[in-house]
Amino acid sequence: MKELKCDCGHVNPHGTVLCESCGKVLEEKEKDKKLLDMRYEGSARRSQTYNKTIIDKIWNFFSSVKVGVWLIVITLVASALGTILPQEMYIPPIMPAAEYYEDQYGWIGKLYYDLGFHNLYSSWWYLILIASIGISLVICSLDRVVPLYRALKKQRVSRHESYLQRQRVFGVSEVEETDKAFSMAKEKLKEKKYNIREEDGNLLAEKGRFSRWGPYVNHVGLIIFLIGGMLRFVPGMYVDKILWIREGETKVIPETNGEYYLKNDAFILEVYDKEKDNEVFGEAIDKAGMVAKNYQSNVTLYKKQGDAVAGEEADLEKVKDYEIRVNEPLKFEKFALYQVDYKLDELNKMSFALTNKQTGEEFGDLTIDLNDPKDIYDLGNGYKTEIVSYFPDFEFDENGEPVTKSRIPNNPAFVFKMFTPDKPDGEISFVAIRQTIEPFGDNEYKMAFKGVDTKNVSALTVRKDLTLWIIALGGAIFMIGVAQGSYWNHRRIWLRRVNGEVWVAGHTNKNWHGLKREIEAVLDGTGINEPEDQLQNQSEKKS
Amino acid sequence: MKKKRLVIRTVILFVLGAAVAYTLYANFTKDQVQKVAVGEKAPDFVLTDMDGEKHRLSDYEGQGVFLNFWGTWCKPCEKEMPYMNNQYKQFKDMGVQVLAVNVGETELAVNKFSDRYNLSFPILIDEGQVQSAYGINPLPATFLIDKEGKVIKYITGEMTEATIKDYMEQIKP
Repeated sequence: MKELKCDCGHVNPHGTVLCESCGKVLEEKEKDKKLLDMRYEGSARRSQTYNKTIIDKIWNFFSSVKVGVWLIVITLVASALGTILPQEMYIPPIMPAAEYYEDQYGWIGKLYYDLGFHNLYSSWWYLILIASIGISLVICSLDRVVPLYRALKKQRVSRHESYLQRQRVFGVSEVEETDKAFSMAKEKLKEKKYNIREEDGNLLAEKGRFSRWGPYVNHVGLIIFLIGGMLRFVPGMYVDKILWIREGETKVIPETNGEYYLKNDAFILEVYDKEKDNEVFGEAIDKAGMVAKNYQSNVTLYKKQGDAVAGEEADLEKVKDYEIRVNEPLKFEKFALYQVDYKLDELNKMSFALTNKQTGEEFGDLTIDLNDPKDIYDLGNGYKTEIVSYFPDFEFDENGEPVTKSRIPNNPAFVFKMFTPDKPDGEISFVAIRQTIEPFGDNEYKMAFKGVDTKNVSALTVRKDLTLWIIALGGAIFMIGVAQGSYWNHRRIWLRRVNGEVWVAGHTNKNWHGLKREIEAVLDGTGINEPEDQLQNQSEKKS
Repeated sequence: MKKKRLVIRTVILFVLGAAVAYTLYANFTKDQVQKVAVGEKAPDFVLTDMDGEKHRLSDYEGQGVFLNFWGTWCKPCEKEMPYMNNQYKQFKDMGVQVLAVNVGETELAVNKFSDRYNLSFPILIDEGQVQSAYGINPLPATFLIDKEGKVIKYITGEMTEATIKDYMEQIKP
C-alpha cells in the first residue's frame, strides 16, 4: 500500500483526499470540483483503503455508514412489527402459543407465529441485529475519529491555495496595509475567543474543535448503554421474578439464596369513595364504577439466622415491617419488592353441617382448612365425617373422573363419607361448589354448605438490577455528546497572503450564517473585503 | 504498520464477537439454567415424611438416591409412581433409596394418593424451599444422586419402568 507524499512534504496515508497538513487536493476526482467535500477533513477513512483479508472485509462491512443506517432501519421496522400482535409472554395461557395465534388472528396470526414474531425481542435474529448495530457503531466511530483527529492535529496554518479557493466561504482582497489589517483582524478574533496560530505571516483562527468529538462521545455513551443491556443476561446481575403470597403465609423470597423470607400480614385494596373522598372524583366514580385508590401489602421481612439446610425450619429474625404500595417498594440489600398484582377472596376455609336431609336437623358443624384439611372430623355422639378424596382445583377429566388441576383451592371438591349412628357403614357424597352427587343412591344425610372464609393473595415483583447505573451512565454520556455536538460549532478562519493579495476562507461544521456574521465583524474596518458564500452564489446563478 | 492494523482489527472484532456470542448464549440458556448441574454435589435438605420421620439427604451418602419431585395432579407423575414403587422394592436392599418430594400439597391429598398406590418409599412434603434450591419447574423432575452425593443425571418428563430400572442400576453403589 503506497503512501502519498504531498508537495508540501507531508506524508499522508493512502486514500487521503486532502493533504492532512496543507489541504492540497490529492484525489484526482476532487480536483474538478468547485467546492471541497469537507467531511472528515478529507482524511483517509481506513475502511475504504484496504480490502484484503477476511478480517478487513468484515471490518469494512461494519465500517460503512450505509450498512449502519440499514441495520437501524431494519431494526426499527422489526421492532414495530413486534407490536402488532401481543408477544407470547402476554397471551393468556389457555392454549399453546402455536394454536393461539391462529385461533385469534387467523392466517396472519399463524404467519406471525411461524416467522417468530411472537417472541421477537429475544429472538436470535433480533439480538443479532441489535448486536450488529453495536458493532457498526464501534467500528464506524473508530474508523472516522482516528483519521479526523490526525487531520485536525496535523493541519498547517498556511493552507494550499487550492484548498482555500474551494472553501464555501472564500474571498480575495487587495489591501494597502496588509500588516495592519492582519493585526486588527487578529485582535478582533482574540476578542471572539478564537485560538490563533501564525506561520509565515499567515493566520489560522479556530474555535470549538471540541464540538467535532460530540458524535463520538455520543457513540461511547450508546455503547456503554448496550453493554449495560448485555449485562442483564449475566447471572446475578438482573432478577425479575413474581412472588405470589397469601395473607398469613411466610415464603422464601426467590433469588435470595434462601436468605430472606417474607410474611404477608394483609393485602388491602382501597377504592375511591364518593362520600368520603374529594368531590372532584365524583363524576369519574359515577362513570367508571369502582376506581382503585390503593393497592397495599403489609409485610414483614425476615432474615434467616444460621445455616439451616433447605426444608429445615429456619431460625428467622425480623428485619422490618413495611407497607408495600405501588411505586413504594420494600427495599433490602440490592432487592426491591413491588406491588404488581393481587387476587381477592381466594377460598381459605369452607364450613359444612352434617344434616339430615328430611328433617333438616343438624348434627354439628365442621370447618375445613382448604390448605390443610384433616382426614376425619369427629362431631361427637357417633357422628363423624371422613374426607375420602379432596380436589382443590376440581374438574372432570376426559374419562369423567374427578381430578385436580393444581394444588390451589380455586374450585374445591370433596368426597365425604358420613358416619351416623343409624348409618354406621357411612354414606358417600361428592360435594363441589353448587353440586352434590350421591353415587350410591339416595342418602339420608348431607353435608350442608355453611359458608366460606377467604383470603387475599398479593403478587409482588422481586427485582434486582445491578445494571441500572451503567445504563444511566451510558445515557448521561450520550446526552453530553449530543450537547457537545449541538451547542458548539467548530469554526475556522484562514487569512493568507498570496502575491500581495489577502485570501480569506472560512469553514464551520454548522451554522454558516453565524460564521459569516463573525467574519463580517472581524474584517470590519480592516480593509479586507468580506468573503462570499460560494454555495449561495452557485445556487443563485442556477436559479 | 499494516500488520499492526490487522492485529488491532482482529482483536477488536474478536472482543465484539465474543460479547455478542456470550449474550446470545446467555439469552438462550436462561430458561434452561439448571440450579443443580450434573456433576455437582446435590444441595442438602431435611424434610419430614408422612410418618413424622426426618430425612436428611446427606445422611444417605454411601447410597444412591433416586430423588423425585411430584404432585398428585400431575398425570405422568401418577403414572410412574407404581413403577418407582416396584423398582424400589428390588433395589432398596442394594443401597438405592427413593425420596419422593411432593411440591407442597396438603397432607390429606398426599396420604390418600400414597394409600391408593400403596407406596412404600418415604414421601416428603416440601413447602417450596427444596424446590427452589433445585430449581424445579415442570413436573415430574428426577435427580439421580450417586453414593458420593453428586448429581449424575437430571430427568424431566415421564419415565417407563425399564428406564427407572436402568437409572437405579446406574446409582447402585
